[in-house]
Amino acid sequence: MKIIPDFFSVRRNLLLLGMLPILLGLAGCKPVVSPPPGRIVIRYWDKWSGFEAEAMRAVVDDFNASQNRIWVDFSSVSQINRKLMLAIGGGVPPDVAGLFGNTLAVYAENNALTPLDRLAQENGVSQERYIQVFWNICHHLGHLWALPSSPASLGLVWNKKVFRENGLDPEHAPTSIEELEKINDRLVRRDKQGRLVSVGHLPSEPGWWPAIWGWWFGGDLWDGHHITADSPANLKAMEWIASYPKRFEARELLSFRDGFGNFASPQNAFFTGRIAIILQGPWIHTFIQKFAPPDFEWGVAAFPSADPKRLSGVTLVETDVLVIPAGASHPREAFEFIQYVNTLKPMEKLCLGQRKFSPLREVSADFFSRHPNPHIRTFLELAQGPQARSVPPITIWALYENDMKQAFGKVWTGATTPVAALHEVQVHLEQEFTQRQRRWDRLADVLQQKWREE
Amino acid sequence: MTRLQKRQLLTGLLFVSPWVAGFLAFSLYPFLASAYFSACDYSVLSPAVWVGPDNYLTLARDTIFWQAVWNTLFFAAVSIPLGLLMSLTLAILLNFNVPGIGIFRTIFFLPSLMPLVCLAVLWLWMLNGDVGLINAALQPILKTLNSLFSLSLTPPNWLQEPAFAKWGLIFTGLWGVGHAMVIFLAGLQDIPRHLYESAEIDGAGFWQKTWAITLPMLSPVIYFNGIMSLIGSFQVFAVPYVMTDGGDGPERSLLFLATYLYQNAFDYWNMGYACAIGLFIFILILLLTLLATKVSSRHVHYEGN
Repeated sequence: MKIIPDFFSVRRNLLLLGMLPILLGLAGCKPVVSPPPGRIVIRYWDKWSGFEAEAMRAVVDDFNASQNRIWVDFSSVSQINRKLMLAIGGGVPPDVAGLFGNTLAVYAENNALTPLDRLAQENGVSQERYIQVFWNICHHLGHLWALPSSPASLGLVWNKKVFRENGLDPEHAPTSIEELEKINDRLVRRDKQGRLVSVGHLPSEPGWWPAIWGWWFGGDLWDGHHITADSPANLKAMEWIASYPKRFEARELLSFRDGFGNFASPQNAFFTGRIAIILQGPWIHTFIQKFAPPDFEWGVAAFPSADPKRLSGVTLVETDVLVIPAGASHPREAFEFIQYVNTLKPMEKLCLGQRKFSPLREVSADFFSRHPNPHIRTFLELAQGPQARSVPPITIWALYENDMKQAFGKVWTGATTPVAALHEVQVHLEQEFTQRQRRWDRLADVLQQKWREE
Repeated sequence: MTRLQKRQLLTGLLFVSPWVAGFLAFSLYPFLASAYFSACDYSVLSPAVWVGPDNYLTLARDTIFWQAVWNTLFFAAVSIPLGLLMSLTLAILLNFNVPGIGIFRTIFFLPSLMPLVCLAVLWLWMLNGDVGLINAALQPILKTLNSLFSLSLTPPNWLQEPAFAKWGLIFTGLWGVGHAMVIFLAGLQDIPRHLYESAEIDGAGFWQKTWAITLPMLSPVIYFNGIMSLIGSFQVFAVPYVMTDGGDGPERSLLFLATYLYQNAFDYWNMGYACAIGLFIFILILLLTLLATKVSSRHVHYEGN
């Protein structure tokens, strides 16, 4: 008598085997690749997903194949800031983590990172290798905390087709705020009911950097010691923001903005021509390729400033960075991997895959010709320029950004005056900064001593 | 205590031990720890430094915190009665014995099964100022009002305007009344039929039966749902968090206590302050629950009594 006659039959097993890829596909899983025996396993978390994660995965695979001592286990981790904080607090951090450069200060001052000064020195990693601004971003309190992975800068991105259709020179981008507003006025279109159909530029679209508009007016957010949110130049920028609800109706602006689709969609207002000029980084190329109409024509230039003679080429530069969290099990091996990423070929492979430029001074002869983004050189030149700025290296940056976003929102709807909005930000941030400074003063001596010894 | 009683006690304790262990590790310890950290300057990764009442004094001066308190109280004060009224009305209607009642009950319950994030994304579009369905429905009404009374009313940008943002969120919350509705429905079906029959013999109509029988008999269930809604509305987090993309909404009109706690703990590295906010929420909910218990003691009728 057969007890389990069919279960182990060849036919059944073949069927199950055939279904395996389908089941794995349905589960969204990839077969787990186990590290070869005898290797030191480095756990690496990064925030990237999609094509950006795939670009790094290819570099990790190359590293794993390039030697037989270390194995990097790469994971794409969402909300990495929170998860990394908890992992470090719990004593089980990854060996390498990919963060945004603007979070280094808060991680460093909270004793969450391993200083890399000694490892960099031992391995000959120095400033000469990098574009200065990116090397600077990786430093805080006199220590090196990270090495760059993929950087970016911001520029004015414009829709040439819209310019041409409205009688503007499609090859000429505005160089001053005044010129930007003249173009803006020419591009305003309304329907029969008088509702806005399209405009030239809105500072609220896509609205990712509401804190830094003052830079294009000669302002700054931080003078190295103090918060300067309400400086005269920042006030000028806020007055420029306040001019919008005066020219348009505040409610009309909100309604117009509400009609835009998601940024990553064909309904993106820039791709549909409802907005002709935006502030964006090199990644916009990927979104244009994916979501914009096939005949979409675009250009990149420096974003115009209030004073083009004095403030030409102002841009925000930022970089993703690789760090070794405090308490990592294999810091030396982790640094070996980070250093590998920061050599010419792997870095270019990563940056080509992520459609960005390289943070390294040296670039292969064919890097730009192989690069899919036709405007990548412009973004690089902006990052190398004298007006390239990064966000203040302070622990309250997240709060600063949020407060400025609120101030922007209130001024944008005409709910308050620029002076009142910035004064509120200044007072609140000064209190918060003093409090954080007190925290740092309590820890400074002990931590500096510890970092010098590491 | 006899040997048998000791054995029974030991067996009983062993049976409850998983719950006791879970309570100690995951409820009592975190509660005590957060009470301690609320009196510390603490960022999770740097050592906690005792600062006494500093965090509470800062809370008292923090205008953003008080705005979050106001937003939370407003949301609770409007959404709890509105949610209870809607779920109770639906439960009464769905308690009628009509053909296809099972289908109707399912239809009204289904939206409450929707994950909160999906609910938030769906309502982001429903409440869209330009292409949202809510405004599409409002347009003809406002048009009629405008022509009748020479007004110039326009539909709002729900989640962009501070005056309307919380209302938008309250409407969104009404999609989740299915759970309370099912509990009301169970309570309604538990009311003895003979009470209605006696009332009918005495000539009572629908409203008299509702007022004199349904509501008093349902009062423990109303009380339960009320307390649950109270706790839930003070913990509102996921929907506004998704709707505002992790932010505070226009002019911080959608910043609630739970969001402010989360921001301080994980965005601003201010865990000590976040713990103080957490303790404040705990005490607030406790006081309001005690108040609700006290106020409702005369109006809640238990069958056992």
